[in-house]
Amino acid sequence: MAKQILSPLPGTFYRRPSPDKPAFKEVGDTVAVGDVIGLIEVMKSFNEVAADQAGVITGFPADDEEPVMAGQPLVELG
Amino acid sequence: MAIRKLLVANRGEIAVRIIRAAQELGIRTVAVHSLADADSLAVKLADEAVPIGPPAASKSYLKIDAILEAARLTGADAVHPGYGFLAENADFADAVEAAGMVWVGPKGDSIRVMGDKVAARIAAEAAGVPVVPGSDGRIDDPDQARAVALAIGFPVMIKAAAGGGGRGIRIAHDMEEFERLMPQASAEAKAAFGDGGLYMEKVIERARHIEVQVLGDGTRAVHCFERECSLQRRRQKVWEEAPSASLPQAMRERLCASAVALAEAVGYRGAGTLEYLYDDASGAFYFIEMNTRIQVEHPVTEMVTGVDLVREMIRIAGGEPLRYRQEDIRLTGHAIEVRICAEDPSKGFQPAPGTISALRVPGGAGVRFDTMLYQGYTVPPFYDSLLGKLIVWDEDRASAIARMRRALGELAVEGLPTTRPLHMLLARDPEVAQADFHTRWLEPWLERNAHRLEETPE
Repeated sequence: MAKQILSPLPGTFYRRPSPDKPAFKEVGDTVAVGDVIGLIEVMKSFNEVAADQAGVITGFPADDEEPVMAGQPLVELG
Repeated sequence: MAIRKLLVANRGEIAVRIIRAAQELGIRTVAVHSLADADSLAVKLADEAVPIGPPAASKSYLKIDAILEAARLTGADAVHPGYGFLAENADFADAVEAAGMVWVGPKGDSIRVMGDKVAARIAAEAAGVPVVPGSDGRIDDPDQARAVALAIGFPVMIKAAAGGGGRGIRIAHDMEEFERLMPQASAEAKAAFGDGGLYMEKVIERARHIEVQVLGDGTRAVHCFERECSLQRRRQKVWEEAPSASLPQAMRERLCASAVALAEAVGYRGAGTLEYLYDDASGAFYFIEMNTRIQVEHPVTEMVTGVDLVREMIRIAGGEPLRYRQEDIRLTGHAIEVRICAEDPSKGFQPAPGTISALRVPGGAGVRFDTMLYQGYTVPPFYDSLLGKLIVWDEDRASAIARMRRALGELAVEGLPTTRPLHMLLARDPEVAQADFHTRWLEPWLERNAHRLEETPE
């Protein structure tokens, strides 16, 4: 089964550090444990999401600026 | 025009507060809401509810078109913006009026003038209200900036003329630092606001935050005395009182009279607040800005004056003249409000949404709890962490603090952490009891008391 990085918190998922910056990661990028893959905004406070698994990104099940629940997959790894 | 149906363009506890005021006036209410707020108390209490978009505020509560469309669909004839979101958006105020509806607030042009730091300062000075020593208007020329810095004395605060929300603010302690920071501030202002113009003012090192509540009908204005909100964390107020314990009566009269003068000078309509810094060592006060809306902490003023501010702002918007003369408004007793937020004080005030598994609301004499909570409600993660405001009134400040301790002891919000433990400690603190604080008092106190906040005192 494909590995996934899950959202640690409920909130809004952002794939980029700010609206005018490129995404932290793209499909095809290699991810090491501890790499920041996105931000979760919870009640106006921004929390970095660090990868807890390593691999190559095959997809983003959650879109940029999408509301997510805790435990919802953010990144799929091949 | 008498208001028959009021659309509330907000959420949370303030939406509930506005709906209650409208109901008491016999006005029907429309709650607009995001998809994340379909279960909100405001939606349950309003006569009608209209979904206006996805959870993100930028796609719902900040969507002017969607809100106007909801008003059209429901036949609303007035809009109350609450606080935050579009409350100080002059274009929204204008759009509501252009659509033939009543805007419960000041005219768009009043919002524009008072929302611009330089224009507000000029209006204040013209009305004889003392302002923080600084540049008389915007500065675009470096030589002029240096001359102004020397004239007002260091430390100097450099702000973006077009700025807001603390962005672009720098503090220079001497000329060397000023030379280094001024170009940075200008570049940041240009990048953030498209306008590199600067504005400078003296830093008041140890001050209290004191604000005056005003009500105006466009011609005449009255004040409802002051609030003190010196206990702040990251420039956010956490504990508010009315009246200020630090203000001598003669100073109170001068401060409040200055607020009325400014409100009348700009033809202010509705409820507004003039914010001041007050240096209790020298007795000097300085106007800093005006908020052209109802404020979070308005209930402490209601408790000490008996004036229902939200109801009055709706009446004024509906075309009634101000119902009070200044001498009708009396200050009685002392009120304190604490903000109960979904934040964990033991973990650096990390926000923590969740589901309310149990709720016990304090009661008894002189206690009020303005909240959007109910048992089983799930607090969404997309908005501000404010859950409710616990307000107490008593005959004097010491009794009000004792009543606050008692009410905090009764309050139980289960299912998520709240800031209740912080307020339990503050309500027992000897310096708080003496009102011996200023705007930079709370943050070092939090560092010293971090271990006590981890224990979650009962």
